[in-house]
Amino acid sequence: MLRHNKVDLALHILRADPLDAAVPSRPLLLLHGLGDRSPDSVPHWVAAWPGPVAALDFTGHGESTVPAGGGYSPETLMADVDQALAQLTDGDPDRSITVLGRGLGAYVALQIAGARASQIHGAILTDGPGLAGGPTGPTSQSVFALDTDGSSPDPYALVELGRDLRPGDYAVSFVNLANAGAPVATPITVASSFRPKWLAAVAEAPGVAESSLTDALAAYA
Amino acid sequence: MASTTVVPMVHADDDSGLDENGESPFPDARRPDRAYDLPAHGVRIAVHEWGNADAPPLMMMHGGFDFARTFDGFAPKLADAGWRVVSWDQRGHGNSEHAPLYSWDGDMRDTLAVFDHVAGGRPIPVVGHSKGGALMTQLADAQPHRFRCLVNMDGIPYKRNIPDLAEHERTTMLAKDLAGWLDHRGRTATASRKPGTLDELARRRGRMNPRLPHGWLRRLVTTGGFESDDGWRWKIDPALRFGGFGPWRPEWMLMRLPGLPMPFLGILGAEMEEMGWGTPPHKVLPYMPMDGRCEVLDGVGHFVHIEQPDLVSGLVLDFVGAPA
Repeated sequence: MLRHNKVDLALHILRADPLDAAVPSRPLLLLHGLGDRSPDSVPHWVAAWPGPVAALDFTGHGESTVPAGGGYSPETLMADVDQALAQLTDGDPDRSITVLGRGLGAYVALQIAGARASQIHGAILTDGPGLAGGPTGPTSQSVFALDTDGSSPDPYALVELGRDLRPGDYAVSFVNLANAGAPVATPITVASSFRPKWLAAVAEAPGVAESSLTDALAAYA
Repeated sequence: MASTTVVPMVHADDDSGLDENGESPFPDARRPDRAYDLPAHGVRIAVHEWGNADAPPLMMMHGGFDFARTFDGFAPKLADAGWRVVSWDQRGHGNSEHAPLYSWDGDMRDTLAVFDHVAGGRPIPVVGHSKGGALMTQLADAQPHRFRCLVNMDGIPYKRNIPDLAEHERTTMLAKDLAGWLDHRGRTATASRKPGTLDELARRRGRMNPRLPHGWLRRLVTTGGFESDDGWRWKIDPALRFGGFGPWRPEWMLMRLPGLPMPFLGILGAEMEEMGWGTPPHKVLPYMPMDGRCEVLDGVGHFVHIEQPDLVSGLVLDFVGAPA
């Protein structure tokens, strides 16, 4: 478990480097969709990845802490991923990982690719629960309270992370950051069939590739 | 031009002069008549009340990095006019619980818990300062049935443009902000507020609030801080941090203003300062609601109610009318 503020995060190592590996190879980190959780084993669709494979349960999901009172944002989940990044690179800022996000995890993968650009050797954004997110501008959304019992996934996570605002230009600002600091020429690859507005804006931005999941993994391997 | 309040200055670096409650006295400042905890959907919220418990309620919300006791000077003036003034420490602030997560939605939800506890389903007058004013403005738009009227004290955001900044410079700025924020998040599990003497904390706060007298800042330390073996510390959750980033745009708040159906009073301090929102009156006056108006106080900074408690409480009492 990793500690992020008051939350314990479950980081699952689905495939480790061989014990006799001379140098650690670059890990692939899987980020699940909204309301989902990490897989128990390496999924067949990433089996070809040559290095270690890890998966993170976001706050309020899977085996990670379900906090009381809600207050979720994708940016806080990005900080979850930052803790996993530090763990997977042993805190070495010269080491990097590749991230693959499904749905909500794709949006978070984009954010960490911009925020820690020098340590993200490619972010693959693909379909999954919570890909659309909320509106791209202000709305008349009201306020609510839910009955919760601490079970996972947290109902507050399902609602708050399903309606967060995702303006296209905000999403593209993370592309610009990734382009400015990433160790690869095309740090973002869109591999989804569905393109909500924020993702369509990302796909059209300079430095963003579009390909199949298989090709994206091969490109970053 | 507003008049200037003369207050005593304290420069000595010591913790003497505290009252029987361990609080630094300040002219006309009064501790709440009642304080209690309210369970708010899993988060413990500290509520503070001034005035007769049977009087009509009036809700008052503090700004970011403040706490309810910052109304020690202002709230009693409304309580003495017949109101039951109810304020609360936002999650992570003052005596409220340090929550695992913080967000605008979370604060809104905590606010509803206080409304439900206090108002009994009736519309009541609401006063908010800074972030509290902005949050209440959004809530008034979302749930107008809860508001008899709304006073927003220097919490009206407007669109800030930096037209002469190149795109790559914006990207550089954002990169530094993000890295700094993530580094901070990485330290929050073990972080604590920096300790100091009572006067050191007051002076630190004074750098953010240069227009507020040192004596008032000392009171803030003794009501919003705690003393431990190695000195005073602010109670606010170390996980909270100035600045930040996100998709939210100031103009999204401003566009809610014209449609507010309840009487609205905006009070803007014309003096720009560190913690202020830098709102030029001419930028927001065109957005006043049909039953709204805005008072601009020349020579007054962001903390309008602390700098000019008599003037501002007079404006508010005149606006909200007789307690009922």
